[in-house]
Amino acid sequence: MTDTTDIAEAATEEASEADLPALPAGSVAALSTLSGALGEFLLGSHIKPNGDLWVRVATEAWRTAGEVARDELECVWFDFLSVIDWLPSPFGRDMDAEQDRVVHGAPARELETMEHGYAGGESRLQVLARVTAVPSGPAVILKADLPDDNPSVESWIPVYAGADWHEREAWEMFGVVFIGHPDLRHIYLPTEFEGNPMRKDFPLLARRVKPWPGIVDVELMPGEDDEAAEEAEG
Amino acid sequence: MTTATRDQMAYIAGQAADARLNVELETEGMTLNIGPQHPATHGTLRIVARLDGEQVIEAEPIMGYMHRGYEKLTEVRTYPQVTTLINRIDWLGSFANEVPFILAAEQLMEIEAPPRAQWIRTILFELSRVANISLFLGDMGVQLGALTPVFYAFRDREFVLNQIEAVTGGRFHPNFDRIGGLKDDLPAGWIDETREVLAKMRTFCDELEDLLMGNEIFEVRTRGIGIIPADVGLSYGLSGANIRASGVDWDIRRDNPCGLAYDQLDWQVWTHPDGDSFARYWVRLQEVREATKIIEQLFDGLPSGPIMAKVPRIIKVPAGEAYVETENPLGAMGYYIVSKGELVPFRVKIRSASFSNLSIAPWLLKGVYVPDIITILASLYFILGDIDR
Repeated sequence: MTDTTDIAEAATEEASEADLPALPAGSVAALSTLSGALGEFLLGSHIKPNGDLWVRVATEAWRTAGEVARDELECVWFDFLSVIDWLPSPFGRDMDAEQDRVVHGAPARELETMEHGYAGGESRLQVLARVTAVPSGPAVILKADLPDDNPSVESWIPVYAGADWHEREAWEMFGVVFIGHPDLRHIYLPTEFEGNPMRKDFPLLARRVKPWPGIVDVELMPGEDDEAAEEAEG
Repeated sequence: MTTATRDQMAYIAGQAADARLNVELETEGMTLNIGPQHPATHGTLRIVARLDGEQVIEAEPIMGYMHRGYEKLTEVRTYPQVTTLINRIDWLGSFANEVPFILAAEQLMEIEAPPRAQWIRTILFELSRVANISLFLGDMGVQLGALTPVFYAFRDREFVLNQIEAVTGGRFHPNFDRIGGLKDDLPAGWIDETREVLAKMRTFCDELEDLLMGNEIFEVRTRGIGIIPADVGLSYGLSGANIRASGVDWDIRRDNPCGLAYDQLDWQVWTHPDGDSFARYWVRLQEVREATKIIEQLFDGLPSGPIMAKVPRIIKVPAGEAYVETENPLGAMGYYIVSKGELVPFRVKIRSASFSNLSIAPWLLKGVYVPDIITILASLYFILGDIDR
């Protein structure tokens, strides 16, 4: 896996490190087109060996990036648009959640620091979209940071008509405002619902009051303990 | 004057009178509420249509009646537990829901299922397609007033579900796919039984072709109704048979068959240039036929060997991000997994086909007549669980 911060680095890395598997040419070409068109607005990128391309653009260039992807890369098919909340969950996401701590007497964990995924990031919330050139052209996963105090970004509706409902869902679930969206209102939840359920600091109440689902049947099946013992020996 | 001309004159006079009446009478707008309980919705979807006479000015789908919050729930489930949830997204083709998630998790863990597991996955994937779309083929008839096809569909789909049940133990919720392979191998004698079922399904397709295609009412109700131009469809994120019926030659099974056995088979992608409701029906009918052929080929070439790769006892997925998309019965379905190297996913974005497929409805329903609402919704073919997630 090659993590790159800009296109120049990607090119040199590919040239110098011959032992690494060569990155798929389609994705490299798509990245250079994007960086040519976006210039300094392209903040980070990442290409997986299988060709998946991640690109992080500046917030103010979000719509422009969509236009470049559609017009110059011919990514005419709109796949999806969503948001990632990078805040480490204050409630504990795994089996050390509050309830289980009481039950099993496990110590409370320290809160992790925020870590971003591919192509980096600076803010808590990131908008994420994927567009594809059909049938077999490049696919780009675009990301942009959203300001922490007022998470908002330009709407993609003028670029991809299908972004409408996806943006409504992101607004409802994460509280991200899409500037220029004509009709930001609830899509799944009741009109009077308050809060943004997909944010990490929104507690999942069922999870808070009940033990981990399936925690009761973690005992080994008959015969399995022999297997486990064998594995430990060998 | 002959009788024929007199009739003709009377008809013209009648038309003229109607026209005058229409000028004098202002037609008042009316709001028509379809659903949330309506057979055309495959679940609970409400459509609010503002009408002018018989014509739709604006139609808006209102969903959320079945929103179960799977994206949030996956954040408190271990990876093997997630498949239980996502089975219930598109409940008519459940096994197909599990595949892209498992493939994405496998991609992050850098393991690959053994060839036999990949082939059996493809077999079950295509069987869920046959089960799912055969119901549509009958259901489309009943939406337009032809009652017979739906009985044929329910009768013959049961054979397919029996075969899925014989392997997985579940008719609708198999929960059979595992990270690194499959839960079990195929039972003895299953392949021969399934071949018989596939022959039945091909007969079913022929029967429906006889019943509906060429039927004058069916043709009139579907031809030229709800035309989706390819570029509009693509910008709304339409996928699967809906976009192939608009002449876009694109199938993820052929163009990006990661982790499944499609690239080793000889099969065809069906497209139709018209983009109307009839084209969508026609493409799906061909796809069921093609799927039965794909399964036959998979039986012929089924490799032997293990069905499970070596995976750790407790599955922790390394940190990273992965997106895998497959051609599900309803269209492109993908899972975007963000992992932090723990037992549970950090974030899972579920890209379901029906959500995007339905999002074109407000655009498509503008200006159509009331009965065509049903035709268009039926031909777009969505499952509410796949919209609301």
